[in-house]
Amino acid sequence: MAAQRTEPALFDQFERTVGAYDVGVQRVQPSAVRETIADLLSGPAMGTPIDIAGATLPEAVTTNPTTAELEAAKTGVTTASLAIADYGSVVLRATAEGSEPISLFNDLHVVVLRESDIVPDMAAAFEWFGEELRETRDSAIIATGPSATADMGALVQGAHGPKKVEVIVVA
Amino acid sequence: MSGKSQRSRAEHIKHIMETEGDAVATNTRGFNEGRYESVAKLEDYEALKDRAREIKEDAIERLPDLIDEVTEAVEENGGTVYIAQDAADANRYIANVCEGEDADRLIKSKSMTSEELEVNEHLEQNAVDVVETDLGEWVLQLAEEAPSHIVAPAIHKSREEIATLFEERFDPDEELESAEELTMFARERLGELIREADVGMTGANFVTADSGTIALVTSEGNARKSVTVPDTQIAVAGVEKIVPSVEDLHPFIELIGRSGTGQDITSYVSLFTPPINSPTVDFEDTDSVINGTGDDRDFHLVLIDNGRMAMREDEDLRETLYCIRCSACSNTCANFQSVGGHVFGGETYSGGIATGWEAGVHGLDTAAEFNDQCTGCSRCVEACPVGIDIPWINTVVRDRVNSKKDANAEFLVDGLTPDAEESGPGLQKRLFGNFETLAKLGSAFAPLSNWMANSPPAARVLEEVAGVDRRRPLPAFSRTTFAEWFENRDAVPPADPDRKVVLYPDLYTNYMDVERGKAAVRTLEALGVEVLVPQTPGSGRAPLSQGMIDTARSKANAVADELGSYFDAGYDVVVIEPSDVAMFTGEYERLLPEGEFEPFAENSYEILEYVYGLVANGADIDKLRHADGDTTVAYHSHCQQRTMGLEEYSRTILERCGYDVETNDVECCGMAGSFGYKSQFYEQSIDVGENLAGQIRDADPDVVVASGTSCLDQIDDLLEERPQHVIELLAPR
Repeated sequence: MAAQRTEPALFDQFERTVGAYDVGVQRVQPSAVRETIADLLSGPAMGTPIDIAGATLPEAVTTNPTTAELEAAKTGVTTASLAIADYGSVVLRATAEGSEPISLFNDLHVVVLRESDIVPDMAAAFEWFGEELRETRDSAIIATGPSATADMGALVQGAHGPKKVEVIVVA
Repeated sequence: MSGKSQRSRAEHIKHIMETEGDAVATNTRGFNEGRYESVAKLEDYEALKDRAREIKEDAIERLPDLIDEVTEAVEENGGTVYIAQDAADANRYIANVCEGEDADRLIKSKSMTSEELEVNEHLEQNAVDVVETDLGEWVLQLAEEAPSHIVAPAIHKSREEIATLFEERFDPDEELESAEELTMFARERLGELIREADVGMTGANFVTADSGTIALVTSEGNARKSVTVPDTQIAVAGVEKIVPSVEDLHPFIELIGRSGTGQDITSYVSLFTPPINSPTVDFEDTDSVINGTGDDRDFHLVLIDNGRMAMREDEDLRETLYCIRCSACSNTCANFQSVGGHVFGGETYSGGIATGWEAGVHGLDTAAEFNDQCTGCSRCVEACPVGIDIPWINTVVRDRVNSKKDANAEFLVDGLTPDAEESGPGLQKRLFGNFETLAKLGSAFAPLSNWMANSPPAARVLEEVAGVDRRRPLPAFSRTTFAEWFENRDAVPPADPDRKVVLYPDLYTNYMDVERGKAAVRTLEALGVEVLVPQTPGSGRAPLSQGMIDTARSKANAVADELGSYFDAGYDVVVIEPSDVAMFTGEYERLLPEGEFEPFAENSYEILEYVYGLVANGADIDKLRHADGDTTVAYHSHCQQRTMGLEEYSRTILERCGYDVETNDVECCGMAGSFGYKSQFYEQSIDVGENLAGQIRDADPDVVVASGTSCLDQIDDLLEERPQHVIELLAPR
C-alpha cells in the first residue's frame, strides 16, 4: 500500500473520525514506536511483530503467545494493513502470527499503522479488498472503535472484544 | 375476522403494548432518529442506494450462476458448500457436521436465517449444546423468548428485566445493576462457554461469489470469536445473500449500519474467507502456541433455498430477496414503534418486509397474522437502502390472503360492496374497501345517515358485524357533494387563464370535507387558474389498502377514462388528498395499462405543490391569506406526502405567508385510512397518535393544520381543537 497518498490531510481526518469512538491517536516517528507502545501497556501484553522499518515492539510484549498467555493478556498489539480516513476504521488482517485472536482477546487493543496506509474512503478500501481477498483468500476485519453493545439497556464499550483502542500512526 | 377474534387480537396487542411498548418505542425511535442523522452525513447517499439496488437486482437475476461460482470459490479455499432445499434439509446437514466433529457444544453468532431454520431446537435434540453468543440473543435464549426485532432482538426487554433474569438464573455473587455490570457478567460467562466450543456457527450478511468471502456486520466481537476459536465453522445463509464480487460489498457496508441502528459503521465488519488463514485457539491445550495458517480448519457454507428460488420466480415477491435485513422498515414504521415484532411479525421475521419473507419461506398463513399492521404509509420505502416497495408487497400478500378466505357469509353486505373481488376479503375489509359506495349512500341520506351511523345502536352493530370501533366518531357526510357544489355555483371563470386545472374530487373532499375543496377552488382562481371539477370516480386507494387489487385496478381505469381527455387538452390535475396523489404518481404505474400512467405521473400535483409552482412562476402570493400578527402553526404532513418529498411545499408557502411553522418527526399519525377505525387496532392507533398529539401540544400552536384526511380525523379525536387543511388556512375568503 506504499503507493497510496500520504497527505497530512488524511491523517488529520482519520484522527478526527476515530476520535468520535474514544480512540486515542498518536503520530510518531518509527524510532519512537517502541516507547509509545510501552507507555500504553497495561497488564500482560502480547502482540504480532511490526513490519515497519525502524519500529519494534517493547520486550514486555510477547509474540507467538501460548493459549494460556492469550488468556492472561490484558493488552494486544497488532499492525493494521490499512486505515479508512472518513470512517476512522482500521483494517486488521488475520495473519499466521495470530493477529486475529491477539487483537480480540484483550481489554486494550493497540494498533500500529503506517501513515501511508491511510486511504480516504470506503471505496478506496474496497478496491484494495477486492484485489487482496481474491488473490490471497485471506480474511480481514474493518474495525472501528472498541467492541460495543447496547443489548443490556445502554451503550457499553467492551462487549466480547477490546474495551479500549489506541492507534499509533507511524510517520 | 369475526367480532370475537377482533377482540382477542385487540387484547393481545394491548398486552404487548403494556409490557413491551415503552422499551420498543424508545429503542426504535432512537434508531430511526439515528438513521436520519447518519445518512445525512453521506454526500452520495442516493447514489449508494441506487448502486446497492442495482447490485441486488443483478445478483438475483444471475443467482443460479452465482451459486455455482461461489461453490467453486469456497471449494478452492478448502471449504464445502451445501445447498439445502428447506429447513429440515439444512438442519440434517448441520447435525451431521456436528456429529462428524463429535461436537458437544456449538457457539453461534446472531443469525436470523438460523432462526428461520430453528436449528437450535434441532441440535439440542441431537445432544448438542447450542450457545447464543450475541448478548441480546443470549438473553432471549435464557428467557426462552423470541426476537422482537431483526437486528436488536431483545429491545423489548428493559435493563431491570435482564438484571432480574440473570439473578434468577445465575445467582451472581455481586448484585448486577448497571448495563456495564450486566455486560461484563455476560462477557465472562459466555467467554467460558466459548473456550470449550467445538463448532462455531455464523450467519452471513453477504457472501461474495468471486472469493467465497463471508461479510458479517457486528459490534460485539462475538462473531469473530465464534469463527476464530473452534476449528470447525458453519455459515448459514439464504441464497439471496450472494453478491458477485468483493467490491460489490462497498455500498452495503456504507448503508447497512446507518439504515438500521443509525450507526455510521458498526464496530466490526468482518470479511472472513473461510476456512480462515488464521491459527485456531485450543484452550484445552494451554501450552499450544498460537501460530500458523489454520490448516486444521473445516468450513461448511450452508446455502438455504427454503422457498427463495420460488420467490425469485414470483414477480411480486422477488423484490423481497433484495432485503439486507437492516431493520430500517421496522424502525421507521409508526405501528412497529408502538408494538414491536411480537405483534408486527411472523414465525421468524418482523417489520414491514417480514410480510414478503414470511409469505415466501413460511407461507401465507403466518403472513396473514400480522400483514394488516402495514397501513401502506410508505415511510419505509425511502428508508430502505435498496428501495424495496414494501407497501406493495404487503398489498399483494393481503390480496392473496383475501383470496384464500371463504367467501361465505358475505351476502350480508353484497349490496354495499359491489367490488370486483372474486372471493372473500372478509367483511371488514370489504366495508372499508368499498368506501366509495358507502360515501355515496351516506351523502345521499345526510344528515340522517350521520345521525344514524353515530347513534349507539348503529355503532354497536357496525362494531359487531364489521369491526368498526364504536369509540371512533364516524365521518360526517355532506348532503351536497363538492362536484355538485361546483357544477351549480355561479362563477365566471377567469378570462385568459394562465393555466387550466382539473381539481380532482377525491372521495374525502367530495363527500365529506367539501369546504377544503371550495378553499382550493378559491385559491387556484385567485392565482389566475381556470378550474374544473368533473364527476370522477374514487382513485382506488380505499380498495387497494384492503388488498383488493382487482377493484383498485377497475377504479384506476375508470379514473383514467375520465381524466385522459383532460390531460390531452393540456389540463393539469391537482389533488388535495395526498394518498390519492400517491396513487396517481405511484401505484397507477402498476394498475394502468402501459402508456396510460405517464400523463398522471407528469401532470398531477398535490394542491400546495401546485400553489408553490404558480407562485414560483410569478403568481401573486399576496392573494393568499397571510398571518395576522405572530401566528404559530403546527403542521403535520401526511406520511405518503413526505415520502413523495412534497412536505416542503406546504411548509414553504405557510412561511412565506408569514406563519411560524412547527413540524414534527412523527412518521405517521396512526389513523392511516381505515386502520384506526378497526376495532382490533383502535388502541394501537391511539397509541401511535399520542406520539403526534404530544408533539403538537409541545409546540403550543395557535393553529393546527394537516394535509391528509386521516391525519385530520386523528388529530381531531386526540386534541381539543379541530384542525384544518393547509389550503383552508391560506385560501382567500
